[in-house]
Amino acid sequence: MGLQVENLTIYYQTLSGDVRALENATFSLEGGEIMGLAGESGCGKTTLGHSLIFLAPPMKYVGGRVLLDGEELPIQDMEKMNEFRFRDISIIPQYAMNALNPIRKIGRMTEELLQAKKVDFKAVLPELKRRLDLVKLPHDVLDLYPIELSGGMKQRMVMVVSTLLDPSLLIADEITSALDVASQKAVAEMLVEFRDQDCCKSAIVITHDISILYQIADSIMIMYAGQVAEKASTRTIIHSPRHPYTKLLISSLPEIGVKYSERQLTGIPGKPPLLLDPPPGCRFRDRCPIAFDKCLEVPPFVEIEKGHFVACWKEAGNA
Amino acid sequence: MKRYFGRKILIYLLTFFLAVTIDWMIPRFMPGDPVRNMLTRVSVNTNASAIQMMYDYYSHLFGLDMPLWQQYLSFWKSLFMGELGISVYLFPTPVKDVLLRAIPYDAFLLVPSILLSWYAGNKFGAFAARSKWLDNTISPLSYILTATPYMWLGILLAWFFGIVLGIFPIAGAYSFTMRPNLSWNFIGSVFHHWFLPFASLFLVGFGGWAIGMRNMIIYELEADYSHFLGALGAPKKLVRKYAFSNAVLPQITGLALQLGVIVAGALVTEVVFSYPGIGYLLLAAIQNQDYFLIQGCFLFIIIGVLLANFIIDIAYILVDPRTRRGMTGETA
Repeated sequence: MGLQVENLTIYYQTLSGDVRALENATFSLEGGEIMGLAGESGCGKTTLGHSLIFLAPPMKYVGGRVLLDGEELPIQDMEKMNEFRFRDISIIPQYAMNALNPIRKIGRMTEELLQAKKVDFKAVLPELKRRLDLVKLPHDVLDLYPIELSGGMKQRMVMVVSTLLDPSLLIADEITSALDVASQKAVAEMLVEFRDQDCCKSAIVITHDISILYQIADSIMIMYAGQVAEKASTRTIIHSPRHPYTKLLISSLPEIGVKYSERQLTGIPGKPPLLLDPPPGCRFRDRCPIAFDKCLEVPPFVEIEKGHFVACWKEAGNA
Repeated sequence: MKRYFGRKILIYLLTFFLAVTIDWMIPRFMPGDPVRNMLTRVSVNTNASAIQMMYDYYSHLFGLDMPLWQQYLSFWKSLFMGELGISVYLFPTPVKDVLLRAIPYDAFLLVPSILLSWYAGNKFGAFAARSKWLDNTISPLSYILTATPYMWLGILLAWFFGIVLGIFPIAGAYSFTMRPNLSWNFIGSVFHHWFLPFASLFLVGFGGWAIGMRNMIIYELEADYSHFLGALGAPKKLVRKYAFSNAVLPQITGLALQLGVIVAGALVTEVVFSYPGIGYLLLAAIQNQDYFLIQGCFLFIIIGVLLANFIIDIAYILVDPRTRRGMTGETA
């Protein structure tokens, strides 16, 4: 059960050619697992999340399969996907603050959305109210217009709407990015609560804030320049990463108890390659301190320990 | 709520005062002299002293011999008593009567053409935004229609349907052989004369509204809330419905402005088709330096614009919840 993604490849069509935003992504997600998806801007994490639910142009499906609970998702077919959206797979978008129609009362919008999906609003209403309690929103938000809510309230409202039909997979795209630290933690905990109460079976949390993932995610997948670099349990990623990019990424995070005036916090020198015409092989090669000849070929994403996958030639031999 | 309307009404009153003052000033700063103009037009007597006597008489009658500030005060005084003065050009008909005679024709011509072109333009514009094929046919057509110099289109229609095909009359509001009466024959004649000016106004308006709506819809379909609905698998119908109800808001503002100028008449249309509305009247009034008639025509335009704006202000509160926020006094 859960989600299996095999060799998913998504490009962006642009006037100057295809941007290879996601190449040969292969990973799986257990039922009930909250997976953090992290990486720097432009690494393809949002592309991956969106392609699973709303593969709209300029995104272009190139290849690969997606199975959710054993059933193949027709992600490249915008029409056929409608059946799965919201019921089986849902999203809390990055733009959650603007995701509600400004000129409809929230309750009415929810009702119209559910009606369009042939769901009886009256039957769902008690559950909807229970979930409003869960995210600490008063019930009368249903009678308000989106402008009458604060940004954080809108965010939580969208969370409730998105998960109303108990999707099997929830994609949470940057849900904490626009919030202050206290609200970030609250929203993150609500997400866990939603999972625990079966409002969604499993979730992919897209973020570049690894500290949030440390609090809520069961596992973390790191992406780099359109390629999956490493996936393992949260503990493993934080404490014993194997991919050189993950190692450098984690070491660039500040730690408690270390005086950075004495030991300067370092970043990773260089920049990620342009994805319009990326270099062959491992895309981290140019910045990697341990790169060697073999890195001219794309490294396979192999399981070196149970549940620990790495795409690096240095590790592939140890598997 | 009370504060909101209080403030609005104050602003409207102030606008009214300023606009009417300008309205009073403009004809008086035109070069020329309305009384002399009138006298030369009807000149039967060449005796200089007789003309001078008549000139003094009429100047006194119209109050034009008073100092300007006195004229201005008496203008406001009579305005409050509902008097607009006497037309110089159509002497001795009161301006009020002249205007009241012209207004029904204006309303009859402009209200349907503006409302129908608004409605049809919005529907078609929204329709055009649906597919490439429709967009490639409706949009260029709309651009051509709206870019057409209005006068040219009017003359073209009058020439083609009135002269070449001869199926529509090209002048007047009803047949010259008839007097206004309540018979089917007369009503038929009115509609017959109404059609061409109506059609010309409708076509040009239609193109403009359709383009506006198409662009707005495309913009709204790219808005975040549309994407969210799409990602949740909402049917296209619902997404379009939401986009439409958001896109129509600026169009409502546009409609208000259009309705406001109803009274100005479509000056050009009325001139092309010799249609006896306010626009036609205004042109005659300016040509004859008829201060009072010009004032009267402009007064109607001012009242029309303000009233239409006020109505739309209220309508906006009903259709757009975001404006209601302003009512608590945050912004004017």
